[in-house]
Amino acid sequence: MPNPKRRHSKMRKNSRRAHHFLTAPTLGTCPQCHHKKLPHNVCQECGYYKGREVIDTKA
Amino acid sequence: MRHLNSGSKLGRQPAHRRATLRALVTNVIIYESICTTIARARAARPLVEHMITLGKRDTLHSRRQAAAFLMTPLATKKLFADIAPRFSQRNGGYTRIIKAGYRFGDGAHEAILELVGYKLKKKETKKKEKVEEAEPAETAKAKA
Repeated sequence: MPNPKRRHSKMRKNSRRAHHFLTAPTLGTCPQCHHKKLPHNVCQECGYYKGREVIDTKA
Repeated sequence: MRHLNSGSKLGRQPAHRRATLRALVTNVIIYESICTTIARARAARPLVEHMITLGKRDTLHSRRQAAAFLMTPLATKKLFADIAPRFSQRNGGYTRIIKAGYRFGDGAHEAILELVGYKLKKKETKKKEKVEEAEPAETAKAKA
C-alpha cells in the first residue's frame, strides 16, 4: 500500500484548513412578529407566510 | 447528460415509490394540507393536480382512474363531490408548496403541500368544545 513519504508541517495543515469554516445563514425579519426568519420559509415563531397563518405554532 | 434529472426517486424502489406517492396524494385530498419533506411534496404535486383534473372531467372512466390511484373510496368521493367543483374556474395550479423550515429530528427540509384556498383551522375551536362538553354534563346532572 502507498504511504506518505514525508510528514506535513503545521503550516501546510493549517493552510489546507483555512477554507474550513461555517457561514451564518441569511436571515430576514418576519413582517408579522419581527422575529428573525429564513427567507422563503414559514416564520417559525408565528407560523405566518405572506400575510396569512399557515401552520399552528401552538400545536 | 441529463440522465435521471426528471423527477425524484425518493430513495425507493418503483413499487415503494408508487405506494408512497399514492399515500401522499390520498392524504392531500383528505386533509387538503399536509406537512412533508420538500422532495416528497414536489414529487406528489403533479399527481395531485392530475387527480383534480380527473375530478373535473367527471366521467365514469375518470372516476375509475382516480379510484384506482387513490387509496380509499372516501377520498375519491371527496375529490369528485367537494374538491373538483371548487376548482371549476381555475385552469391548473390547484396546489401550493410552502417551505416550512427544517425538521428537528433529522434536519430534513420540510414543506406544506396544500390545495389553493385552504384555510388553517385554528385551535381556538377548543373553547367551543369545552362549552359542548359542559352542556352534556349538565344534562346528565339534570337527568340524575
